[in-house]
Amino acid sequence: MSVEMLIPIAIIGGLGLFFGVGLSFASKKFEVQVDERIKLIRETLPGANCAACGYTGCDAFAEAVAEGKAKADGCPVGGAGVAREIRKIMGTGTEEGGSPGEKDRKKEEEGQTARVLCGGTYDTCKAKYKYEGIEDCDAATALYGGPSACNYGCVGLGTCVRACPFGGIVVENGLARVLESKCKGCGLCVKACPKNIIKLVPRYSKHTVLCSSHDRGLVVRQLCDVGCIACLRCVRICTVGAISMDDQLAVVNPQLCMNCGECVKVCPTSTIKQL
Amino acid sequence: MREMIIIIISAILVENFVLTKFLGICPFLGVSNNMSSAIGMSGAVIFVMTIASGVTWLVNEYLLVRFRLEYLQTIAFILVIAALVQFVEIVLRKISPPLYKSLGIYLPLITTNCAVLGVSLLNIEREYTFAKSLVFGCGAGIGFSLALLLFSSIREKLETCDIPKALRGLPITLIAAGLVSMAFFGFQGLFAK
Repeated sequence: MSVEMLIPIAIIGGLGLFFGVGLSFASKKFEVQVDERIKLIRETLPGANCAACGYTGCDAFAEAVAEGKAKADGCPVGGAGVAREIRKIMGTGTEEGGSPGEKDRKKEEEGQTARVLCGGTYDTCKAKYKYEGIEDCDAATALYGGPSACNYGCVGLGTCVRACPFGGIVVENGLARVLESKCKGCGLCVKACPKNIIKLVPRYSKHTVLCSSHDRGLVVRQLCDVGCIACLRCVRICTVGAISMDDQLAVVNPQLCMNCGECVKVCPTSTIKQL
Repeated sequence: MREMIIIIISAILVENFVLTKFLGICPFLGVSNNMSSAIGMSGAVIFVMTIASGVTWLVNEYLLVRFRLEYLQTIAFILVIAALVQFVEIVLRKISPPLYKSLGIYLPLITTNCAVLGVSLLNIEREYTFAKSLVFGCGAGIGFSLALLLFSSIREKLETCDIPKALRGLPITLIAAGLVSMAFFGFQGLFAK
């Protein structure tokens, strides 16, 4: 009885062992010299395989860099830190960007995060019409610019959620929100958004105008409770001149912003938020 | 000898694995979009099918039948095929990196190419001898290659055609495959029993 069971096990196991040994022998015999840098670069990369670099994945990107087809800073997820490591591996030094100060370098290494520049939920922003169709921002936008009364506002149907390979975006009450702890800054959502209201910002930037509307203040007031009405209060209060007006919309320059938070206090519509 | 010729011709034309048995459709559709990778794939498949026929025949005859383990055919054959494909992959990577690259994922996929397993199982089912198995395996491989090459030339022509938008890509490919398959059905009864 037990022999009857053991024979098949032995035969299949033996076959497996035979082929295993044969294959490992063959792989030694036919070993291919791979460019060692590919492996090193691959280890440096974040390994997210998000394809935001334009290659099929981290392996393909590492190969392209080693062959000189891709630039060392081609990985948007890895940012400056990874780029520097890759340059070290490739032996091209740190020729790019001169010699940035230690503080700037630190800032750079934190990388970027996506941010949805809109604050219009179902409660705060009026609706243009009731949308009953495909759950897709592109489709909804094709219909009179989307169901939101504000032509610049978030559609909230989650096209960016589906574009994100990291599960870093959620839609709450008709408004997409980036979970910055999960965001790798690959920028796929930026490309996916039909309203172009997702932007990549440096991670250290804490104060952002959560609105993209270039409508006049009066119009914004009528449509949305939290839109920028271009009252200029933040521009005046900012001591370092980090806020400027861009066609009826306040914009914070993260490079100048000191994160003092004064603008948040004066904003009458609470458009500027500290994150 | 006459029997061998009949086996090889019927494996290529009458019993073409892709076009009349519908085995191995995945690589057939996947690699047929350009001629050069189709040629490479053909070579790999002919090689794997022939060797797999021989090795599986030996495994069946001297291990499985002897110990009355015919019920292990499928798993043992898959093991043999997988090992062979790995071997082909290792060798190909060494001797022809461009071919290795152009075959890409389809090379490891020969492992799960049901045409290869189909050949091995048919050999046993038809009680072929060792030599006949080898010939049948080789013929089936050539048949697969013939279908692949014919079809890749059709697909290269299709690329420049004005195809209705809804049919572009895979749909027109499948329709074309159906037509080629119908043409091959014309060989049915070539060797009347």
